[in-house]
Amino acid sequence: MTIAASFEIRFTRYLLPDGREAARLPSFAADPRALVPDYRAMVFMRALDAKAVAMQRTGQIGTYASTLGKEGVDAGIGRVLHKEDVLLPSYRESGVLMLRGVSPHRTLLYWGGDERGNVFPESPRDFPFNVPIGTQLPHAAGVAYAMKLRREPRVALVMCGDGATSKGDFYEAMNAAGVWQLPLVIVAVNNQYAISVPRHMQTKAQTIAQKAIAAGVDCEQCDGNDLIAVRDTVGRAVEKARIGGGPTLVEAVTYRLSDHTTADDATRYRSAEEVKEQWKAEPILRLRTWLHAKGAWSPAEEQALAKDAATHVQKMVQAYLETPPPGPEQMFEHLYAKLPRQYIEQVAQLTEEQESHVEHHAG
Amino acid sequence: MSNITLVEGINLALARAMQDDDSVVVLGEDVGLNGGVFRATAGLQQRFGAGRVADTPLAEGLIAGMAVGMAAEGLKPVAEIQFAGFAYTAIDQILNHAGRLRHRTQGRLSCPMVLRTPCGAGIHAPEHHSESPEAMFAHIPGIRVVYPSSPAKAYGLLLAAIQDPDPVVFLEPSRLYRRFKEEVSDDGKPLPLDKAFVVREGTDVTFVTWGAMLHEALEAADELAADGLYAEVIDLATLKPIDFDTVLASVKKTGRCVVITEAPRTCSLASEISANISEQALLSLLAPVERVTAFDTVTPMFRLEEKYMPDAARIAAAARKVMEYQ
Repeated sequence: MTIAASFEIRFTRYLLPDGREAARLPSFAADPRALVPDYRAMVFMRALDAKAVAMQRTGQIGTYASTLGKEGVDAGIGRVLHKEDVLLPSYRESGVLMLRGVSPHRTLLYWGGDERGNVFPESPRDFPFNVPIGTQLPHAAGVAYAMKLRREPRVALVMCGDGATSKGDFYEAMNAAGVWQLPLVIVAVNNQYAISVPRHMQTKAQTIAQKAIAAGVDCEQCDGNDLIAVRDTVGRAVEKARIGGGPTLVEAVTYRLSDHTTADDATRYRSAEEVKEQWKAEPILRLRTWLHAKGAWSPAEEQALAKDAATHVQKMVQAYLETPPPGPEQMFEHLYAKLPRQYIEQVAQLTEEQESHVEHHAG
Repeated sequence: MSNITLVEGINLALARAMQDDDSVVVLGEDVGLNGGVFRATAGLQQRFGAGRVADTPLAEGLIAGMAVGMAAEGLKPVAEIQFAGFAYTAIDQILNHAGRLRHRTQGRLSCPMVLRTPCGAGIHAPEHHSESPEAMFAHIPGIRVVYPSSPAKAYGLLLAAIQDPDPVVFLEPSRLYRRFKEEVSDDGKPLPLDKAFVVREGTDVTFVTWGAMLHEALEAADELAADGLYAEVIDLATLKPIDFDTVLASVKKTGRCVVITEAPRTCSLASEISANISEQALLSLLAPVERVTAFDTVTPMFRLEEKYMPDAARIAAAARKVMEYQ
């Protein structure tokens, strides 16, 4: 018998669920105050998320995919990417986009049914929200290929869920990244559920990370509820990719504290006890406990932050509500660089309907 | 000027585009050292390097999806799918992403990619190697579908497809790859997209077709001419969007139309063209529009492919039918 490969999967965790340190901290965490911006971002993400859910419940936006519980993953990734890198998000990555500089009112616009939610003037090379599962992974391989071909010190970072790792797109992109040693980081956000299907029914593999081994791609796991672990693990993968060290698959182990979307009811397929237990491990409380213990964060600051977050969320809600809906002609805009003349008739039909509609109401 | 085949026209256009524009890259299965299974990319890797002419792992969805990513990131990828019958897993990427990226980002990102694939029957190939999926692609918003019928059109239309700022599915009639040669000038000049070509003028009936069927239609037109019936033959060339101005002008002149495709009939482009003529030229028609298509069957293995594909005899018969209609 020949042993072709044997493996261990590295799992990185610095903070235990109760906020105590589990290992010697990486240098970026030596000064706890340096992590306050990350903490503030996470708190803001959660405040916006709660507002978005409430807005869906009151009919102000459509179906919305909550980010509750993945704030540590999103903040960690947002902090390690450079401006010139490219993020390829799934539909649940509004938190990372916020750290990319994208105004969070775009998230409300997107889930409010408006294509302008995918217009990111602040981070123009980043990909839009991606709804079909896993199809963004081949795009990421293409983006990374372009970066490598042009010898640019840039990195493509693509995010997907645990369910997406069952798709061919995931394997195909990872395999190609291995062959060409592309500057690609794949972050599989393992939140334990693909809508109702639990992680153990998604794959018999002990970890999602190990799926990279057959492709010859480096892989590791991190505690996705530990901001320091995410920053460290994804940060190392990104910098390795940047200097030509090739791709990495990072499995960020977390838990979806919310329903899949506002159209879902998770009580149908998981127990209240299970969710209650997971709340003990959530990322914001963990980081706050640690910051408090380090004397880097005070109750007064917490109160001020809550107020700031509420004010900022309200501003974003205003910006969304004040964006008038697009005119119907927007359906034809940007369909092609220049709309082919064959469309003239369809545009005319729409315009005519609009005009008779206006007349009807005026008359 | 050189006397070349259709597949050489493809090769010449690729080389010209790569020479003129550093952002043009070719990717696909066996496109590199091997030069493609039909030799469409022969010599390109030797000339432009493995970075710009990339042999991919064997995964069609990956090829199309990578092209989307490359295009959004500023390259002009020309991706090859080895046979159209294997392009179906790539349709996910073309439909969900290539055709939508510009619109769903409101012009922030775009997708100037070309997906080339040989298609059609008539080369005695194995199962799944003789498909005609043009109607499936033509149904997709935000893309163009182009289908050349000669070496010169292959050269000029492929250059146009590569230069186009939007995604183009470029379907190549494998049956014509080496069937005849034509003088082609490597002048770097694209042919216009979204435009049909009247390849033969006539007065009695209009033939609308594309790809390999153009040559069957021309043969039928010859046969009819011997009997004093003159068919006008239109090569659509761009199947999305269709140049209905040219089609309708011709039908209004002749009053009769036969649409010819080697794809199955139901929901084919022949149906779409027939519907448009009915809507926009009904009073000019002297007979119902006739469709000459393949049968609504699975593309048969090659012992039966000659019976499956329309040929000059079927086209001529349809033409006589519309001529005799009372």
